[in-house]
Amino acid sequence: MPAPIRLRELIRTIRTARTQAEEREMIQKECAAIRSSFREEDNTYRCRNVAKLLYMHMLGYPAHFGQLECLKLIASQKFTDKRIGYLGAMLLLDERQDVHLLMTNCIKNDLNHSTQYVQGLSLCTLGCMGSSEMCRDLAGEVEKLLKTSNSYLRKKAALCAVHVIRKVPELMEMFLPATKNLLSEKNHGEILHTSVVLLTEMCERSPDMLSHFRKLVPQLVRILKNLIMSGYSPEHDVSGISDPFLQVRILRLLRILGKGDDDSSEAMNDILAQVATNTETSKNVGNAILYETVLTIMDIKSESGLRVLAINILGRFLLNNDKNIRYVALTSLLKTVQTDHNAVQRHRSTIVDCLKDLDVSIKRRAMELSFALVNGNNIRGMMKELLYFLDSCDPDFKADCASGIFLAAEKYAPSKRWHIDTVMRVLTTAGSYVRDDSVPNLIQLITNSVEMHAYTVQRLYKALLDDISQQPLVQVASWCIGEYGDLLVSGQCEEEEPIQVDALEDEVLDVLEGLLVSNLSTPVTRAYSLTAIMKLSTRFSSVNRIKKVVSIYGSSIDVELQQRAVEYNANDLLDLLGGNDVVPVIQTTVPTKPASAGGELLDLLGDLSLTGIPPMTAYNKNGLKIEFTFERSNPSPNIAVITIHATNSTEADMTEFVFQAAVPKTFQLQLLSPSSNVVPALNQGSVTQVIRVLNPQKQQLRMRIKLTYTHKGSPVQDLAEVNNFPPQSWQ
Amino acid sequence: MIKFLLMVNKQGQTRLSRYYEQVELGKRASLEADVVRGCLARRKEECSFVEFKDYKLVYRQYAALFIVVGITENENELSIYELVHNFVEVLDKYFSRVSELDIMFNLDKVHIILDEMILNGHIVETNKTRILAPLLALDKMAES
Repeated sequence: MPAPIRLRELIRTIRTARTQAEEREMIQKECAAIRSSFREEDNTYRCRNVAKLLYMHMLGYPAHFGQLECLKLIASQKFTDKRIGYLGAMLLLDERQDVHLLMTNCIKNDLNHSTQYVQGLSLCTLGCMGSSEMCRDLAGEVEKLLKTSNSYLRKKAALCAVHVIRKVPELMEMFLPATKNLLSEKNHGEILHTSVVLLTEMCERSPDMLSHFRKLVPQLVRILKNLIMSGYSPEHDVSGISDPFLQVRILRLLRILGKGDDDSSEAMNDILAQVATNTETSKNVGNAILYETVLTIMDIKSESGLRVLAINILGRFLLNNDKNIRYVALTSLLKTVQTDHNAVQRHRSTIVDCLKDLDVSIKRRAMELSFALVNGNNIRGMMKELLYFLDSCDPDFKADCASGIFLAAEKYAPSKRWHIDTVMRVLTTAGSYVRDDSVPNLIQLITNSVEMHAYTVQRLYKALLDDISQQPLVQVASWCIGEYGDLLVSGQCEEEEPIQVDALEDEVLDVLEGLLVSNLSTPVTRAYSLTAIMKLSTRFSSVNRIKKVVSIYGSSIDVELQQRAVEYNANDLLDLLGGNDVVPVIQTTVPTKPASAGGELLDLLGDLSLTGIPPMTAYNKNGLKIEFTFERSNPSPNIAVITIHATNSTEADMTEFVFQAAVPKTFQLQLLSPSSNVVPALNQGSVTQVIRVLNPQKQQLRMRIKLTYTHKGSPVQDLAEVNNFPPQSWQ
Repeated sequence: MIKFLLMVNKQGQTRLSRYYEQVELGKRASLEADVVRGCLARRKEECSFVEFKDYKLVYRQYAALFIVVGITENENELSIYELVHNFVEVLDKYFSRVSELDIMFNLDKVHIILDEMILNGHIVETNKTRILAPLLALDKMAES
């Protein structure tokens, strides 16, 4: 059989493939050739074949049949074979394959090989993919190598030890004696880097080690000093700075050692200040070191002068042209803004400028930082910037930005008028991105600022005239108009111009009706506007028009609207509402289901029920709606009498309707017989049933209900939890 | 620690991939595609650090080749940025003005260099002479 082609040939061939299918074909052909070559057990070409296999593996093709071959290569005596074998092992094998255990013996022998390069290879492989068993077996060898005088091996052994410790933490103790001399290496630092990594790993894993190694702080400080002070060393120089990677690593270890410990922090104060002031900042390298220094200063117990120095460095970073450095600065400032608030405040204007940056991650961090920096003094200026940002930012940001603005405005608003103006501005610019729960919060806010009612409703009405697509704005506006329609119409507000009363009433009703029919309105919005129209019946004079609108919606397709309109009409609420001074009951967070709007409306109804406990909707699914109304039984106040009303809005009757309920153990339940077991279609009637609940311990009422019925010939069964009992029903 | 190092060209072809954390074969292709898409979408003014899933990417572009390093949260991004450049300088020294073709046709040697520099996700050596020593010894052995 002809000699297998070299790797280069294979690559050249694959490059000529014009389609994915062609490439796959070539690879398959080559795989077949390699497989037969493996079968022949030919040592000369095994190395070449495995190299090709690795290339194909990188392209994404399966190469597991080469795993055993890698082992054979490792066992061979030739260095070239071993090299490819170990590389193959690292790329193709991992702990989960059983084959890897066979490597243990080979690695053990190679760890004691006469050539350092072979020893290095085995250390490297063990460090990359050694399993816990292998690590346990070979930890002794690694430890021995950690103590040799050969620095090439020592540095690799150190990192291999890191892997061993990760896999088998109990072995950490074993490496302790070897670490004694790691840092006293006379050599410039060939093994310093990996030694520091090993020490870092040990300190991170075990608090005992951490306290043990604290005594190394003076040594580390000395090494760092030498690095900074020493002259030009061509071997380790990167852009004029001596071994920056080592400096960064040492700084990180110092950070871990100094955290929470006064003495160590004291010992490193000087060197940190020195690094911070002496490092060249013109190139990225210097900035990398400064960044690490700043992180260290902020984490340890440094004196305040040093902290201010660190924050000033970050401030300088913010002005840097290099966007990487600005990003890094903003990330660090975000971490420190809580603890060093005043120092960060000094850089506020630079941070606000970063809002205009083109990079998305920089913008996000600048936004988070800006919110963290807002306080009573700078609220007006900051809000201007933030609102401008809200206008121009990406949609992903708008929701977060809007919420942040609301929070900040709530905490620091200098005046109610400013607050409402800000809120309105947010609603008009980013209305559709505002979170659902903010609508009730805003309504609460407006309710509380009594003197601003007229002004608010005027502004909201104007905004509504311009644009009805932003749902939260429309909802808040409808609510306000419903509530304060009289103020709107009578033009009591001194700031805006007085408006004609009657013409305006019709105009307002036009707008609200427009909302009801518009395609842009969601069902929730429609509910809000219908309610608003209802409420206006007490404030406006055109009651008949309102009654007409309401009766139209009595047969609306939307179940919620229909329900509401019918109930209003049926109970002749229009007259009853006239007597009430209504304040909506929207206290704690309202759930964001569409029924939430219904909830507060039913609370309005609550004022009218006979005992003062509002009725509630317990279940509303698939056209079946079950409402609970409450009565308190006078002779025994611990008994709540609940009447269920089941209605069916679908077009088929629900027959064999059975309602069952269960309560927690502390309650007792009595179910009386229902009025009938057919729930007629299209809300033409309802089934009622009385439940009596004994609640001697006055605990919160909860109930699980089970409904069974037959609908359009098929049986339906459903279980539900009822948790939204109003507090008055069980107190 | 470093999670992985990739060299991908603008067409999305992976020229080198090294994972220091276990990632299944099937997932690798999609991960590499995602990473490249993320880096290609970046404009010139944006910074070289991208937040990706629950870790970070540091990328650098050299002609048509992207070198992307995935790192964990606690790693110093600027330092890794320098490391990437160091790696390219070492390759430059060995191949005398390295190009994408050099990397493609000498994949095994590039892996060897990488192994000398990064072990198990941590930096081992950054000195060019010391990194290239074993490789030059290997070459001499192969010649003789």
